[in-house]
Amino acid sequence: MDHLFFPLTLAAYLGSFACYVGYLVAGREWSGRVATVLLAAGLVAHYYALLERSRGLHTVPYHDLSGSMSLFGWLLALTYLSLEVFHRQRSVGALVLPFVLAFFLFANVATAAHNAAVPAKGVAFALHVTLSILAYAAFGLSCVLSVIYLAQQRLLQKHKVGSIVWRLPPLDLLDRMSQSSVLVGLIAIAIGTALGFLWVDRLTGGVWHYDPKYVITLLVLAAYVIYLRLARNPSWRGSRASRLCILNFAIVIFSFTVVNLFFSHAHRYF
Amino acid sequence: MEIVLVGLNHRSAPVEVRERVSFTAEQARQAAEELRARGIFHESLVLSTCNRSEVYGVPPETSRESAAVLSDYLSRFHAVQPEQLSSSLYQQYDRHAVRHLFRVASGLDSMVLGEAEILGQVREAYRLAHESGATGPVLNRMFQGALEVGKRVRHETELGMRPMSVASAGVKLAERIFGKLGQRTALVLGAGTISEQVVSQLRDRNIAHLYVMNRSRDRAELLAREFSGKVIGWEDWETALALPDVIVSSISTEEPALKRAMLVKAMTARGNRPLFVMDLGLPRNVESSAAELYNLYLYNIDDLTQIVEQNRDARQSEIPRAEAIVEQHVEKFLRWQASVELIGMVGALRGKLKEERGAFVRERVQRVPHLSPEQRAQMESLMDDLLEKLLLEPARRLQGEKDLRRKIQNVEAIRDIFLPGRERP
Repeated sequence: MDHLFFPLTLAAYLGSFACYVGYLVAGREWSGRVATVLLAAGLVAHYYALLERSRGLHTVPYHDLSGSMSLFGWLLALTYLSLEVFHRQRSVGALVLPFVLAFFLFANVATAAHNAAVPAKGVAFALHVTLSILAYAAFGLSCVLSVIYLAQQRLLQKHKVGSIVWRLPPLDLLDRMSQSSVLVGLIAIAIGTALGFLWVDRLTGGVWHYDPKYVITLLVLAAYVIYLRLARNPSWRGSRASRLCILNFAIVIFSFTVVNLFFSHAHRYF
Repeated sequence: MEIVLVGLNHRSAPVEVRERVSFTAEQARQAAEELRARGIFHESLVLSTCNRSEVYGVPPETSRESAAVLSDYLSRFHAVQPEQLSSSLYQQYDRHAVRHLFRVASGLDSMVLGEAEILGQVREAYRLAHESGATGPVLNRMFQGALEVGKRVRHETELGMRPMSVASAGVKLAERIFGKLGQRTALVLGAGTISEQVVSQLRDRNIAHLYVMNRSRDRAELLAREFSGKVIGWEDWETALALPDVIVSSISTEEPALKRAMLVKAMTARGNRPLFVMDLGLPRNVESSAAELYNLYLYNIDDLTQIVEQNRDARQSEIPRAEAIVEQHVEKFLRWQASVELIGMVGALRGKLKEERGAFVRERVQRVPHLSPEQRAQMESLMDDLLEKLLLEPARRLQGEKDLRRKIQNVEAIRDIFLPGRERP
């Protein structure tokens, strides 16, 4: 079944990407609607691909890098779709879908770890991991939106008003979309981290088993709280807040890669 | 089912004629009703804008005379000599009339290519005619199609998207920064014609607060009154500059009236919120180095003119795409029209065949001896079945005909051969 859901997901995401590009470049309304429908279909197919993969390997999706990447791509697409519906704005879909596709393809190209079955770790653990990856996906999306903001602002300030500028969302809306995404990420990471501590407490009877991941996660949390606070301040709103958002995501990437792979002993792929 | 259009526009008639032949909403309703009451049209609709006056109608009979009758009616309605009007009027029929309306709704026939207002004017004309009961199935379908085409062309091409005047370019750029302007504040420096154009555009977008500053307070008050704004005294720069999200400046000045230092101060006072400045003055009103300030977007008249020029080229290059959309919808409408005609024709033909069968039975079968009423009824029923079979099979084939031109030709040929002199459905 995994073999069925992989091409289905890929076809839906590719079709969605093509339609989003059609919407952005040519402004075809129907193309935008089809893109949204295909993205939703891709999300469903991707969900079943994740489920089948987990069943086939007798493990959870986030047990290896490949699964984590795939789950990240799925949550990125889910967060984007929610924002699109909430803000009624689909012009940035063409710029987000390449990332979703990249994570999905990377996850399927990378070799899955055929480990022994992971011992059952309970709902708290599953939620801890899923919410953490959701937070990273939401932060990733806000980073993409911030990059679009800065690019569009530069074009407007340099008076290079090409056809894309007339089709992208206004700067103010991009700013609000970025803040919404960060808010989703913050709520997810706050709950996810609390659940992580709860799970460790249940497992070992204490939360403070030092892991550098704790420090970097709290740093990420603090960095995004500061971003959200400053982004609502008129002096920071706009390009300064967007730059800060991109910088914050650099910390997330550092946490996701360097800290996970070289320093943390309990967090490998999330 | 013939469609007739008679009208004049900015290309066919000078402004003196156009203004004499224009209709108010009430006149448009009255004319549409009269045309139906006098039996000139089954359905009618008047579209009147500053650049065109057009009457669309569906006459009861297929003849080109209805256009001549309509021309006479127009000259009488507006008290214009027929010979004065005849050189300005154009007439279109059927597919040409449909294409014309679809092009009008798309902005392809407008003086300013792709102008946005015409679609709203077509919508309003249709609403008025529909509410007064002047339209029927044909014009309803045609005008709903026109609104659909207009919307598609605006969404799918660059024709209606990009602004075509300095004023609208400036306002649309402000929207690129702030989104909807409903909660924004604008300050207008100067009360000349160009300021008025920008203010009008800002008001159309429901700008929340509008302030006007001008050396002559009287003119400022005039502009403010016209657009429900407020006047700020010419000396009160410090307060004025801290308020707006959008500044429109078009004052006559030897050297920049808005210095960088003033804007630095203003930006600090307003907490560095984004500020969009349209400098429409010549010589420029705003010191160019102010463009370097954080969150300040400065566009002068040359920048905006350049955008308008780019947009003009972009709009021209979009014409083939817009025409292709128009053609798609003309074809769609004609398919619907041919289907309706076919259904009407089959119904009429069926009626005629039944009549013929009745006459045939009366004339010939009565002569057959020993025929009981049951046998006669059975014979009639068999004849009906045969006629239905003979009628339906070609009708189905014709309905499925892919070539629209061939389909219409065949429908017309059958009608002319079997139903000569019949009114079109």
